Amino acid sequence: MELLRFITAGSVDDGKSTLIGRLLFDSKNILADQMEALERSTKNRADGSVDLALLTDGLRAEREQGITIDVAYRYFTTPKRKFIIADAPGHVQYTRNMITGASNANLIIILIDARQGVVEQTRRHSIIASLLKIPHVVVAVNKMDLVNYSQDVFHDIVIEYSEIAKQLGFGDVAYIPISALNGDNVVDRSPVMDWYDGRSLLQHLEDIEVGSDAGLNHPRFQVQFVIRPQTEDLHDYRGYAGKVISGVYKKGDKVRVLPQEIDTTISSIEVSGKEVDEAFAGQAVVFQLADDIDISRGDSIVKTDSLPKVSKEFDVLLCWLDDKSLISGNKYLLQHNSRLVRVMIKQLNYKLDVNTLQHREMNDEVRLNEIVAATIRSISPLVYDSFSGLSANGNAILIDETSNNTVAAVMIQ
Amino acid sequence: MTTRYMSDHRLNYLEQLEAESIHIFREARAQFERPALLFSGGKDSITMVHLARKAFAPSAIPFPLVHIDTGHNFPEALEFRDALVKKTGATLIVRKVEDTIRERKLTEPKGKIPSRNWLQAYTLLDTIEELKFDCCIGGARRDEEKARAKERIFSVRDEFGQWNPKLQRPELWNIYNGRIHQGENVRVFPISNWTELDVWNYILNEKIKLPSIYYAHEREVMVHEGQLVAISEFIQPAADDIVLTKKVRYRTVGDMTCTAAVESEAASTEEVIREIMTTRISERGETRIDDKVTEAAMEDRKKNGYF
Repeated sequence: MELLRFITAGSVDDGKSTLIGRLLFDSKNILADQMEALERSTKNRADGSVDLALLTDGLRAEREQGITIDVAYRYFTTPKRKFIIADAPGHVQYTRNMITGASNANLIIILIDARQGVVEQTRRHSIIASLLKIPHVVVAVNKMDLVNYSQDVFHDIVIEYSEIAKQLGFGDVAYIPISALNGDNVVDRSPVMDWYDGRSLLQHLEDIEVGSDAGLNHPRFQVQFVIRPQTEDLHDYRGYAGKVISGVYKKGDKVRVLPQEIDTTISSIEVSGKEVDEAFAGQAVVFQLADDIDISRGDSIVKTDSLPKVSKEFDVLLCWLDDKSLISGNKYLLQHNSRLVRVMIKQLNYKLDVNTLQHREMNDEVRLNEIVAATIRSISPLVYDSFSGLSANGNAILIDETSNNTVAAVMIQ
Repeated sequence: MTTRYMSDHRLNYLEQLEAESIHIFREARAQFERPALLFSGGKDSITMVHLARKAFAPSAIPFPLVHIDTGHNFPEALEFRDALVKKTGATLIVRKVEDTIRERKLTEPKGKIPSRNWLQAYTLLDTIEELKFDCCIGGARRDEEKARAKERIFSVRDEFGQWNPKLQRPELWNIYNGRIHQGENVRVFPISNWTELDVWNYILNEKIKLPSIYYAHEREVMVHEGQLVAISEFIQPAADDIVLTKKVRYRTVGDMTCTAAVESEAASTEEVIREIMTTRISERGETRIDDKVTEAAMEDRKKNGYF
């Protein structure tokens, strides 16, 4: 059984929470006491109906305001897959939460209200999805019940969104007409939209191919922690613990340690304390090396037939996540996987308009939720790939050293 | 589970969850000066110890296990704890809620089921201060409760141990920012993305041993607000309570006063999984007596520094 992580995005009142509630409810992942709690909090509603949205609107602050204020994670399982849902809010001011939820997603469900069609938020969320290289997109046209299940309405939205998909270079887009409120085409195929011959949303989520999203071509590994038991029988043991970011490593492989530029050989690979012959993308492993080299947290171990970039200066796209603005020339900490380096924003190149994708001229300030292209200089070299080529080794965050906050999502170009 | 995936280089969902948890454990160890693993004696804690051993093998677990002891333990859970500590060579630190109550002149909870559960927050915060822990690793899962569903994997707490849901740091990709100011600390939750069923399936795959009370056994219980509560030195039935002997098991082992039993015939991990898959009641709802008080109970306790 495989794991699929997806995110739902849409603007306020597109019915995201209702959709997630519906997915959980119809796939029998809501349990009796959760249902009871739901009915308790629904008692005061005039029409006496059960509000599925309440399953996901967790915090009291949210219930008071009737909105979703943060990313919530939901879990459900069908006989075919385990799903992790990041439920991201639609409000403009919470774009950073969507980025948080989207950064780990294999798939995004973009909700469109059938009555509204494509709106500004649709474009914004789609652009963020493309910036974050989410491999699979589902456009769920919701509230079909409110447009008489009209094929024409659905068709027009498909045409309109196809333009955006083309512009953003989405490879895999599926369009599904649904009514989250009534359950049409969510888990079960809808009898009222017989003009639609595709799969239901859940069938699509169960069947989509995700295994190939993790790369096996370019071996990348970064040291998280050096294991030195220093006991009598393991006196000289020195193991480099970390996650295989991509590719495959075998015992006996010739490798290069970066940024030191020292070549050596993998003398053993351990997974969970047991020796294995090879390790691949996604595994948490421990390498031992043939030579005694000074290696610490954040250093990379790669293979010479496919080398990453090593540089102290690089171009990035920054998505600003902090209330305090970015100011050109300021210094920050950049965390790239486990590597922490001090950097300076050398130059702001242009601002990306998240509604039109156009480049705008820069002033010297970048505010919350803005996306800019910048040039960054670091004190020590970074070992990276471009985000578009190998996203797992091309992403980073910026940390404000004075507040300790995570202030930007960084995609290295 | 070591040979199957070698051919196709793909991890199944449990292997993915395990790898993610190990990665988080290593980040916690690497980023903090003085981390600690909060250990309650329950199955999630025991699974956490198993994952921590894997993360740092062949070293011993490079941080202490800290048990905030309410004094209302199941004896089986305590015995199991001590045996586990001995087996793994881990360091165990125990701090008692009872001592906090005495030293801080707190009021013992009253009522028929006097749970000290929420008082754990006091003892935990005192322990963090006493031992200067900058990171407490815990086994909370996001599927347990609505408020937990919104918490980050690295969750910053202020000097009062409080969680502010509106001021959470964005947590992107697999990058964890554990930088803090003096006096703050971070709670790290490596099994955030696991569900109850995932934990049980992992326990099955890895053949992890659990205290006997997780499996069906006979016990004297009384029915309290629709839940089965064990009779013990901490909870005595009133004259009008009906005391029954039933075959039960526990789904969580928090503390004898706030953990209810469920009727069960499941004597093995496989049978427990089968029961869970057919059950219609979620874990906390069935067995946590303290959550029903108000709908926002957990949100309130978290804001106040509860684990």
